[in-house]
Amino acid sequence: MTSQSHEPLNREQMAWRAAQDLKEGDYVNLGIGIPTLAASYVPPGREVIFHSENGILGMGPKPEPGKEDPYMVDAGKNLTTLVAGGCFVHHADAFLMIRGGHLDVSLLGAFEVSASGDLANWTTEDPAFPPGVGGAMDLAVGARAIRVIMEHTSKKGEPRILKACTYPLTAANCVKRIYTNLAVIDVTPKGLVVLEMIPGMTLEKLQALTEPPLQLAPDWKVLAPPVAPKARAA
Amino acid sequence: MIDKQVKTTADAVAGVRDGSTVLVAGFGAVGVPDILLDALHEQGARELTIVANNSGNGDYGLARLISSGRVAKVICSFPRSGDYSAFLHAYRAKSLELELLPQGTISERMRCHAAGLGGFFSPVSAGTKLGEGKETREIDGRLHVFEKPLKGDVALIKANKADRWGNLSYIKSARNFNPVMAMAADLTVVEVDQMVELGEMNPETIVTPSIFVDRVVVVGGKA
Repeated sequence: MTSQSHEPLNREQMAWRAAQDLKEGDYVNLGIGIPTLAASYVPPGREVIFHSENGILGMGPKPEPGKEDPYMVDAGKNLTTLVAGGCFVHHADAFLMIRGGHLDVSLLGAFEVSASGDLANWTTEDPAFPPGVGGAMDLAVGARAIRVIMEHTSKKGEPRILKACTYPLTAANCVKRIYTNLAVIDVTPKGLVVLEMIPGMTLEKLQALTEPPLQLAPDWKVLAPPVAPKARAA
Repeated sequence: MIDKQVKTTADAVAGVRDGSTVLVAGFGAVGVPDILLDALHEQGARELTIVANNSGNGDYGLARLISSGRVAKVICSFPRSGDYSAFLHAYRAKSLELELLPQGTISERMRCHAAGLGGFFSPVSAGTKLGEGKETREIDGRLHVFEKPLKGDVALIKANKADRWGNLSYIKSARNFNPVMAMAADLTVVEVDQMVELGEMNPETIVTPSIFVDRVVVVGGKA
């Protein structure tokens, strides 16, 4: 199970780590991108029910070749499936579930997260393109736990966990946990607390890549997903 | 005898006036009334305000209405979906206005109109750029913004089955915005894959009851 690699986690490993925190019976919405991958890494035998904003409760994995159904798409408009026990609702009810606190977990991607859990994930204000918000703001205020999966730094190596977000906010004070390619960090009233770090990482090195101050949890652990996490069979 | 079925798609969209607000159901390319949108293009109404989740795809349906200059404003949550080049061109040329709303705010504003309510306070977008200019209220320590009901002059709906009363059922995730938009317009027009005899639909599976439906046209099977 353990990897001795000191490399940052890849997308699958980040998704794997976030999936380990999904509990039996949780109703979960997965955002577009890396969060979507988490559905494949829920531990075997654990039942987690996935919600899709376009009216699917009980969304399954990608269809097997030859079993694609054009009437079954996920929030990213990719083809998907329904699990046994799944059902359909219309949009107003799908968002009632989101906004009304009925989902246990919303797992989202992010451009930036602040020390107080502010989330920026809907626009980079590129003037060449129209902005799009989709369900991001609904998801960021509604679920009982808002968790984020993101690369720890930008492509230029600049921190994306900041004292204050530079991009427009999706919602303030909403993020509770951040999974990055380097660490797992909780947003607490006392500040950012590092729960896990990849092998070879130190608090000093992580701090250099993170703008607000970090504290190390007394019982922190090594973050070591399988080198190639095994995806659940469709 | 009640019979809401009309013969042609032209009959289905007859009378839509310039300046109408048109609710267009669907999510991505699923559950979109593309044939009614093409009929509306033929019908010729202009200066339309379109309410939809996305902003059209390719060169047909909503994209065609946009590229031929019939649309003055789009209210949507996510214009950047699929091949949205028709919208992008008009957006860059500033020939149409975009009002961006959170997806759940769009659906709830329509539900609110359908329910005869005067609006609602929502925590979604409070304190963000999309909430700017909206009336706010703190409720149980949490900031909310006031959202008004959203009404369509016309709703264009895609369903699977209908009967002559206008009861509707859908297929899987093609349901999406269709039921809530069907409830929220003065004139609700539906394209369906097939008509069935009154009484043939299992009453437990009727998703949109006939009371919300005005016109139905059969267009044959199509996703």
